[in-house]
Amino acid sequence: MKPQSDTTMMLRTPFHSRVAAACELNDWGTWKGYTTPRAYTDMELEYFAIRSTAGVFDLSPMNKYRISGPDAEAYLNRLVTRDISKIRAGRVGYTVWCNDAGQVMDDGTIFHLGENDYRVCAFARAIDWLHWSALGFDVTVVDESMDVAALAVQGPTSCAALLAMGLQGLEQLKPFGLAAFPFEGDTLTVSRTGFTGDLGYELWIAADKAEVLWDRLFAAGRPYLIKPFGSDALDLARIEAGFLQAGVDFVPAESAVRTGRSRSPFELGLGWLVDMDKPVFNGRRALQRELAVGSRYRFAMLDVDGNKPAGHSFILSGGKKVGTVTSAAWCPSAKSNVAFAQLEMPHGAVGEELVAEIYYQRELHWTRVLAPCRVIDAPVFNPPRRRAVPAGAF
Amino acid sequence: MTEQRDVILIGAGHNGLVCANYLARAGRKVLVIEAGERPGGGAASREFAPGYTVSACAQWLYQLHPAVCRELQLERHGLKFAARDLASVLLDTGGRHLRLLGAQVEGEGISSADSDAWRSFHGRTGKYAKLLAKVFERRPPRLVESTLRDRLALAGLGLGLKMLGRDDMSDLMRIVLGNMYDLMEEHFDSPQLKALLSFDSLLGSRMGPRTPNTVFGYLYRRSGEVFGYTGAAQLQGGMGALGDALAASARSRGVEIRLGAPVAGIDMRDGRAVGVTLESGEQLGAQVVVSAADPVTTFSRLVGYRNMETGMARRVSQVRCEGNAAKLHLALDGLPRFIGLDAAALGQRLVIAPNMDYIERAFNAVKYDGYSADPAFDISIPSIHDPSLAPAGGHVLSAIVQYAPYAPAGGWEGPAAAPHETHRECFTRLLLDKLEQYAPGIREQVVACQLLTPADLERDFGMSGGHWHHGELSLDQVLMMRPFPGASQYASGLDGLYLCSAGCHPGGGVMGLAGRNAAREIIRRGAGA
Repeated sequence: MKPQSDTTMMLRTPFHSRVAAACELNDWGTWKGYTTPRAYTDMELEYFAIRSTAGVFDLSPMNKYRISGPDAEAYLNRLVTRDISKIRAGRVGYTVWCNDAGQVMDDGTIFHLGENDYRVCAFARAIDWLHWSALGFDVTVVDESMDVAALAVQGPTSCAALLAMGLQGLEQLKPFGLAAFPFEGDTLTVSRTGFTGDLGYELWIAADKAEVLWDRLFAAGRPYLIKPFGSDALDLARIEAGFLQAGVDFVPAESAVRTGRSRSPFELGLGWLVDMDKPVFNGRRALQRELAVGSRYRFAMLDVDGNKPAGHSFILSGGKKVGTVTSAAWCPSAKSNVAFAQLEMPHGAVGEELVAEIYYQRELHWTRVLAPCRVIDAPVFNPPRRRAVPAGAF
Repeated sequence: MTEQRDVILIGAGHNGLVCANYLARAGRKVLVIEAGERPGGGAASREFAPGYTVSACAQWLYQLHPAVCRELQLERHGLKFAARDLASVLLDTGGRHLRLLGAQVEGEGISSADSDAWRSFHGRTGKYAKLLAKVFERRPPRLVESTLRDRLALAGLGLGLKMLGRDDMSDLMRIVLGNMYDLMEEHFDSPQLKALLSFDSLLGSRMGPRTPNTVFGYLYRRSGEVFGYTGAAQLQGGMGALGDALAASARSRGVEIRLGAPVAGIDMRDGRAVGVTLESGEQLGAQVVVSAADPVTTFSRLVGYRNMETGMARRVSQVRCEGNAAKLHLALDGLPRFIGLDAAALGQRLVIAPNMDYIERAFNAVKYDGYSADPAFDISIPSIHDPSLAPAGGHVLSAIVQYAPYAPAGGWEGPAAAPHETHRECFTRLLLDKLEQYAPGIREQVVACQLLTPADLERDFGMSGGHWHHGELSLDQVLMMRPFPGASQYASGLDGLYLCSAGCHPGGGVMGLAGRNAAREIIRRGAGA
């Protein structure tokens, strides 16, 4: 993944030649120094590809770190909040990791590739933290972000498309499962994971095989109406599915400049990822204290009345500001107006009625709406096909 | 697991024993566990050749806090001074020595202007040292998450600064971060005076006269004057006598001291220190574990990086604790003859460091793991005041020499540039060559010779990097940042584990305040804190 800076200073992913050819809108955004499309053709059509057929997303800029060595499991167990020993070989686990203050640095997935061999996929650059964490552990930490290219294939027909590409037996792969397939003299790693809340897979391949993977995927997927999608469609899908986005829904702790702006896992509704039975892990002391004295904030998913997305809204209770919205969208499949909010404790209990103060503009005319909303207990989009084994042949 | 104690204290160094004493005075049941065969740690006397004994690590007493002496009744427990208020004599190969004691400075090269400048400089810096000494006598205030006590301490420091008066306050603020070289150039003409004062500022550190922080190092050393030491003092029987007196005092208060019992590790359960495991495999439990081992040893080896969170491991790994002072011990068959020094002057503190550039050049070598052919010396001939240290007619010479690398290329036993010589032999030869220039014929008087490199000091006294102060005394590693942020008020940042070594505020030197402050903090926090 070499920078080709003849026309732009941005890095290009290994799929860039194919992505650029498909990016009809020429609507480019940036992601960790890479130029990546916000939308290829039409954001809404791309979103509906995810929900109705199959969408393909280039997630190569994701940070990928290989952790290997005799202490790999012990190392990761100290690093993250979850009990890593419960992620068996051939499985993937979602987790967060904290600094010593118990504040979330990032969330991501850990791939248990084999014995003493893991891959950590992270939103934020983490190589320094991973190296510091290696003090006292017999592990090797390698940044393979540039060596591994990745595509997400998400949507009802994703399995069928990949079967057509020749990934035999893929339908049997369970959610958060891992499989390997021979591909062009290399190994294609497939995980049943994603950021859309739908049936879907992520494909991991050596960077120099990226273009041929793209070509074969789109050739095989044509009957299944496969379509590339950009970050705008992904954002809509992830809000609908209830996924937090680092840097949007929380400030990665080690990049927060102002005190009090970071959040603990409990404050992000991710307490279920914290295993306090582990004797030592980063943030444990602080989290123990937080459990004793209480959290400052609570993450809440809100169902907002009306159809005006509540982006950046203040959330009011009894006329008083009790929080702010970090992500919001009108969700087309669930047909509900969803907002993620950070509420001051004790607000945010499921069922609580609140008000979102929404400002929106039509033709330079600004309108303020006080939209009633309530705290809901689960994401609005969570179809059975997401979990079905064997995966549905749509 | 045997009976439960209140406190297990690792390391019978002087700070460890001071801490144990105060804890026992407050009614705590304390077990002290020491790897070595003698109490005292860096305050040690060793027979390095048959009949010849020296203070094997620290050789002068100039900072031991009077409250520690008084409250622990050390004189009743055998502590006896062999000499006090010794002058510092900067040696000159031509016999034109400089003599400094308190506000008095004499010597051929000293003009009356220099003499006046010194008196005024001494008075002014003495006030600064007094302010610092006050801060040393209590726990360091924390800036973030501070308590009322912290805020009062800070306010007290602020008030103390104000009380200096406007001129002195701004002068202190101007110089305290700076280097001795510039400060000396600003005040004095005599190269000898400038050299002696700057040498005092950097003894035991990895700094040269031009290194920032040396002014702080100078004021740190000057706190000894506030504590009642006009010049260096020497203990009867060597520095080990302090270890013995502290141990006797501790035992009289019911402290149990186990010698020759190296600790393999601190036992952590559910994130809390619950006891220690000895190298013999024996496990001992206690409500509180206090470590007088240096912070790097305590965290990286006894607790283990795996048992702490990443941020703490990172901070521990970044503590600067590379020492560059070596010890040279000579057994002599008679009194050495230094050019132009009478027998009375031989009992003073003798310094070889002709000028500041000489020291700076000696420091240059060590930056690249080498050693200079022209090192600086801080020499003591303790047998003059204490004949018990050598056989009749014989003498011992003990010298702190700077700078020695922790390990030259290939190690101390590896080959030096000269043929058939190890680095240890080569450096020893250079040291004797240098001494020979000031004391012709001394080489023929040497009966036995011992060089303790920083690596040897690390091994013999359990000091990481061989650093006297258990971590560099620089402004990023003092006060609330000593040994590192998050472990600054003697609480280690791990439940049930406290620190009391020189690696804590205020720092090293045989002062005893780290141990005293730590004990007071542990007592304040109550049982099982």
